[in-house]
Amino acid sequence: MNRLEQSQQHLVTVTLNGVTRSGRAESRTLLSDFLRHELGATGTHVGCEHGVCGACTVRIDGIAARACLTLSVQVDGRRVDTVEGLADRDGVLNDLQQAFRRNHALQCGFCTAGILNSCTDFLQRVPLPTEQQVRDMLSGHLCRCTGYTPIVAAVLEVAAARQTQPKETTDA
Amino acid sequence: MKPASFEYIRIDSAEEACALLAEHGDEARILAGGQSLVTVLNMRLAQPKRLLDISRTKPLDYVRIAGGKLAIGAAATQASVEWREHLAREVPVLALAFPNISHFQIRNRGTVCGSVAHADPSAELPLCLALLDGEVVLRSRRGARVLQAGDFFQGMLMTARKPDELVEEVRYPLASAGTGYAFEEFSSRHGDFAIVACAAAVNGDGIRLAVGGVADRPRVIALPRLGGNALDDALNDFAWELEARDDPHASASYRRHLVRQIGRRVIEQAGRAIPSAGGH
Repeated sequence: MNRLEQSQQHLVTVTLNGVTRSGRAESRTLLSDFLRHELGATGTHVGCEHGVCGACTVRIDGIAARACLTLSVQVDGRRVDTVEGLADRDGVLNDLQQAFRRNHALQCGFCTAGILNSCTDFLQRVPLPTEQQVRDMLSGHLCRCTGYTPIVAAVLEVAAARQTQPKETTDA
Repeated sequence: MKPASFEYIRIDSAEEACALLAEHGDEARILAGGQSLVTVLNMRLAQPKRLLDISRTKPLDYVRIAGGKLAIGAAATQASVEWREHLAREVPVLALAFPNISHFQIRNRGTVCGSVAHADPSAELPLCLALLDGEVVLRSRRGARVLQAGDFFQGMLMTARKPDELVEEVRYPLASAGTGYAFEEFSSRHGDFAIVACAAAVNGDGIRLAVGGVADRPRVIALPRLGGNALDDALNDFAWELEARDDPHASASYRRHLVRQIGRRVIEQAGRAIPSAGGH
């Protein structure tokens, strides 16, 4: 049992995009606010704050989840991956991000961070999805710019491309 | 849209949760997946003094087959059931219902027991539990008791759970031989709350139809193997029995219409889904 009193600051440590980071949080602090305000990771966006819009979607231990429906104290000791961790250290976009750029799968970009996190988890579980499966997965995200068609195209394109590329075996 | 303050307690075992529920009762709330509860907290529709977090309580995180049922522990996510390799064979109606439950990202964290405990009248998991007459295991310091779904769901967000009890496990009966299953719902957008949801189980003996989104809880009717006008009449009678009400999402008469239409469709689909004798 671990008791964290209300209205006090507690130490929360996470592995954020592979780097150990710590910050203070009240028991009621949402993970979305902890990431943005305490750790300065503002790539995660906050929209509706009740799980509907999908903008704050991150990966917790690899699994796509709403940061606004997660308390920061719940992820103490766990791995959290956000949009900042997708590109490599030199800022080179990963294949999914590049597919989004090629297909104009974003305009204002507000929803994009969450969508990229969902797609990252989803494509690991369903490497070659149908268009309908992609659309069902994207139903958990609101995008008011693109009409979704270019997003679907980007996801299908990267899924197909990954099938034809040899699996990387580097341990770097 | 931020929760009010609360004490947060990470729980390591069912016994620990029960001890704290016995001590604090209604002032403590179980936090499992949080996909309904944290929404309610963010909107300050609830301001519990204590949250008992079971989302990382290992002894409650299991999905297993026991006694002809799929037993799902309180910390098991919906995704952990949905992505079971043989779910479509084990509990076919669950496999059909899952894609309708909110969204992929929500099912990743939302729990099965949490949805059953929340008892939203339009929710799919309570509906399937009612259809199959599954069981809910309630544990407290006084011991455990097992309720049938029909006794557990008592009204809108109301269940037979006492303030000191934990919904420790739910049990969905496995597919029975010679029975076909079907599920369909209607909502404004994919993943929204169902305006009407229907699930059916049909075999040589008769029909079971469960309807959600209309009455204050999932409601089930057992019918003989009717067809044609007799089935339409039975569905119409049942639709009226549910005492639908007008709300901003749909009128009562529209809900009755959906019960008649979708009800008939799932019954016919379930009839067609009956495995042929000797088939695999």
